[in-house]
Amino acid sequence: MLTLQFMPYDEIANLVSNKRISKVLNIVKGNNILLLEGRLRKEEEAELIKRTMEEIDEDFKGIELGVIYPDEKKNPDFFNKIKSNMINLLLGDRRGFTIMGPATIVREIKQDPNKIQLFTNTNFKL
Amino acid sequence: MITLMQKFMRRLFGNFFKKKKDIKMGLYGPPNGGKTTLANQVCKDWLGEEMGSVSNVAHETREIQIKEQLTIKSNGKELSFNLVDTPGIATKIDYEDFLKVGMKDGEAKARAKEATKGVVNAIKWLDDMDVVIVVLDSTKDPFTQVNITIVGNLQARDIPVLLVANKIDLKKSDIKRIQTAFPQYDVVGISAKCGNNMDEFYEALFKISR
Repeated sequence: MLTLQFMPYDEIANLVSNKRISKVLNIVKGNNILLLEGRLRKEEEAELIKRTMEEIDEDFKGIELGVIYPDEKKNPDFFNKIKSNMINLLLGDRRGFTIMGPATIVREIKQDPNKIQLFTNTNFKL
Repeated sequence: MITLMQKFMRRLFGNFFKKKKDIKMGLYGPPNGGKTTLANQVCKDWLGEEMGSVSNVAHETREIQIKEQLTIKSNGKELSFNLVDTPGIATKIDYEDFLKVGMKDGEAKARAKEATKGVVNAIKWLDDMDVVIVVLDSTKDPFTQVNITIVGNLQARDIPVLLVANKIDLKKSDIKRIQTAFPQYDVVGISAKCGNNMDEFYEALFKISR
């Protein structure tokens, strides 16, 4: 059975970066596909990759990750940039969503700004 | 907020005390994009020797490699830097992939272990870079989360970035896809293996290192 777990942003909104990463990684390590409202901070995404590498062993081979994010204007004007940064700073980045799964189940996540395709491993049966 | 302040102070005072020749220029990107091939081409062009070994099997570079005080010249200008070749950044590493290319069990597991450490170190080193060249395989889809995370982190750290679309000698190469995925950055198409378009690459290095 394949479990798709939804996590509203509120569940990580008040956590420090380390705990946010632990929380999402633990869900994925439990062989679940996580659908997170919004996204982690850019630095947290890098930290997530680092932590994933540190935890790889014979059973856990890593993760596949994809983020759908509203298309931002290529050159947002100053006011919009400030507004967007302030909202992110105060409320966290709740726009878009993040999908994450264990590499043993998810072979590849293909993405473009408007859609995500998730390919499972051939030896994984639904 | 504290991180932002630390970043600001580091950049302000770090750059103040840093000599020009201490510039760290990092080669970043996913595995098998051609980072080491590019490092070798640059070293061959300016030092007459190679920097590291290359292979078709992913994660050939598993440790940070540095070539210190490299000086390149273009149009009467000189640029000195330390070239830092980093292991390819990936979100998954499966030792069984190495078995498929003929490695023995022990060798495959050891390579996988070293590769994971390499990714960790590459990410740790991000903070130390002054300029980063992101090397992408132009025959592959550039719109992957690893690429987006690398570029996003460089942007967040305010590190100048040059995107290199490598392997333009191959039929499937498509530089435009990379330009479309990352429209905010300059993209230079090269073939590090054949040495194609290296002059334009060096010109672009001068431009972003100013």
